Amino acid sequence: MATRTDDGPVHTAPNPRQIATLRTRSDRVFRGIATSAGSSTLILLFLIGLFLTIKAWPALKCAGASFFTTSEWVPPPRGDCSTFGVAALLYWTVVIAVIAMVIAIPVSIAAALFITEYAPRWLKGPLTSLIDLLAAVPSLLYGMWGAYYLASRLVGTSEWLGDRLGFLPFFKPTNNQPTYGSSAFAAGIVVSLMVVPIVTSVVREVFSQVPPGEKEGALALGSTRWGMIRAVVLPFGRGGIIGGSMLGLGRALGETIAILFMISLIFYIRVNVIEAGANSIAAFIANSFGEAGGTALSALLAAGLVLFFVTLLVNLGAAAVINRSRSGSGVEI
Amino acid sequence: MAMTAVRGRLAGAPPDPKAPITPKNFHSKDIVVLVLAIGGSFGLTWLLFSQLLPLQGLQGFLIFWAFAFICMYYVAVRDMDGKMVARDRVMAAIVTVAAIGITIPLILLLAYVTLQGIRFVRLAFFTTTMADVGPLSPATETGGLHAIVGTLEQVGIAMLISVPLGVMTAIYLNEVRGRLQKPVRVFVDAMSGTPSIVAGLFIFAVLVSSHGFSGFAAALALAVLMLPTVTRATEVVLRLVPDGLREASLALGSPEWRTTMRVVLPTARSGVITAILLGVARVIGETAPLIMTAFGSTTLNTNPFSGPQAALPLATFQLARSSQQADIDRAWVFALVLIGIVLVLFVTARRFSARQFGRR
Repeated sequence: MATRTDDGPVHTAPNPRQIATLRTRSDRVFRGIATSAGSSTLILLFLIGLFLTIKAWPALKCAGASFFTTSEWVPPPRGDCSTFGVAALLYWTVVIAVIAMVIAIPVSIAAALFITEYAPRWLKGPLTSLIDLLAAVPSLLYGMWGAYYLASRLVGTSEWLGDRLGFLPFFKPTNNQPTYGSSAFAAGIVVSLMVVPIVTSVVREVFSQVPPGEKEGALALGSTRWGMIRAVVLPFGRGGIIGGSMLGLGRALGETIAILFMISLIFYIRVNVIEAGANSIAAFIANSFGEAGGTALSALLAAGLVLFFVTLLVNLGAAAVINRSRSGSGVEI
Repeated sequence: MAMTAVRGRLAGAPPDPKAPITPKNFHSKDIVVLVLAIGGSFGLTWLLFSQLLPLQGLQGFLIFWAFAFICMYYVAVRDMDGKMVARDRVMAAIVTVAAIGITIPLILLLAYVTLQGIRFVRLAFFTTTMADVGPLSPATETGGLHAIVGTLEQVGIAMLISVPLGVMTAIYLNEVRGRLQKPVRVFVDAMSGTPSIVAGLFIFAVLVSSHGFSGFAAALALAVLMLPTVTRATEVVLRLVPDGLREASLALGSPEWRTTMRVVLPTARSGVITAILLGVARVIGETAPLIMTAFGSTTLNTNPFSGPQAALPLATFQLARSSQQADIDRAWVFALVLIGIVLVLFVTARRFSARQFGRR
């Protein structure tokens, strides 16, 4: 960029001067402390992976690749190296998480839409607080409430689903007298309650950043409020919806105590989700940790290692999606 | 279609030119339609359930009612105002019901825990332990002192570790902004989703398997879980501190560390307190990592560095898994105390954050 003035030579627009900072020694110490604190997170995650691998190694070495394909769980001394594996555990973990997400995603989007677009001003604050409070209630209490209050009330619903929608593979009864309750469905409902606030807070943050000009433009062109939401808000918030859902999925996969209260443990893969019996890596570890020793303990740590990597991948994916989307930059997750 | 709606609206009272224009266009006629749809669908559902079909069950009733309402409301509005308006109204109804509906389980849960726990909670809970209480003693004989002491020590030590570390990490992310800023932020986000049981397994592998169960091990596991929460919440408030304050301090010649410690952090003080409270609320109810670190106990162990120690959530968990009704009743007492503490923490955190920035 060059500008010519009447009475002077050619000026080039100044480049911003490079600022050289000479830090004092105290500042260098300060930055060093902050940097080591910052890198502690990276080191900690690395150490978690390392130590779990070390402790899980005996079981992994013993089982080999069959650890990922075996459904039963009879580790030595009762079984041998080929009789334990995470296949069924991982399957049920994912099934419960997917059920939770199927319920939680629409509800979260609706709640976020209501808070940002529909709710009168006086209702926004209290409603946000209530939904955040859902996240603050300990998982244990969800489990106890779910087991003693909700579970018996869900049996009827499960029966109804099995009778009326039995033609769907995941509701299809497996025998003539199916027992309902303590199912993946019941666990999924409880987990969905714990996931909703996490997804809602991300989605709400994204929706609140929709440029008002675009919304007003849509309204000015004669669209209804729902038309405006479909044309502007939802497309803008897509990255946040996907990222927030993945974040919720990560939580749902790692949920422990609530699931433990809700299900009875089974060790085979079954398509039906409303009949009694399910499993989950985290809940299974919590359940059997006390009585495990030797290779059995190592096998549990191996299952924990699998869970750690799965959730880490899902969470990293969520962080990447949210940060990359147009709306997500600067959103706290 | 939609034009009829617009015309109908214009035929009413002329709009006040000074009033801000909002997309709100809900008139008394619309309220009548809404009420009629709610009532009509209720009547239809009631008729079907009680008179015509062998249907029963509260859940089925509610589901059918909601479904009937949506259909009736859609048809009614479509006949009056057209398809586009009808879709808008129905979606508004669905969104509202979903948003309000999600708070119902919370209210049910709080009410249920309170009702179950309040029957057996006695003041002696805070002064006695479970040492002399057997599974067959009446549920009113419940002592929680050992668990309260354990939780206080474990969460206290976890705070001593994770608060300085978390605040310094937040300072690194927002004030120092070194080369690792991006990966650290991503991994802090990812770490906040680490399953709590993995943190327990980690501390078990590092410490407990060689040194035995202790409250300190539990505190370390809780610190791992607390760290990302404290870091992120602190970073958010540091970002809200106006840059002018930093620049003024630096321009007056104070070094970076002094600016951070004497200007930035004091400005963000109540936000940092909120961050700490949020971190505590995050871990105080954690049960899974305690199973493999603190292990639990029925007697008072004030030394966090040796021997199994009880904790409120852990004691609740262990009692709730008992087969004795009295023990399950005891678990509800513990649960009530636990949820009381969580609620107090939550409300206090809200107070502090409202005082400073009005949100978060």
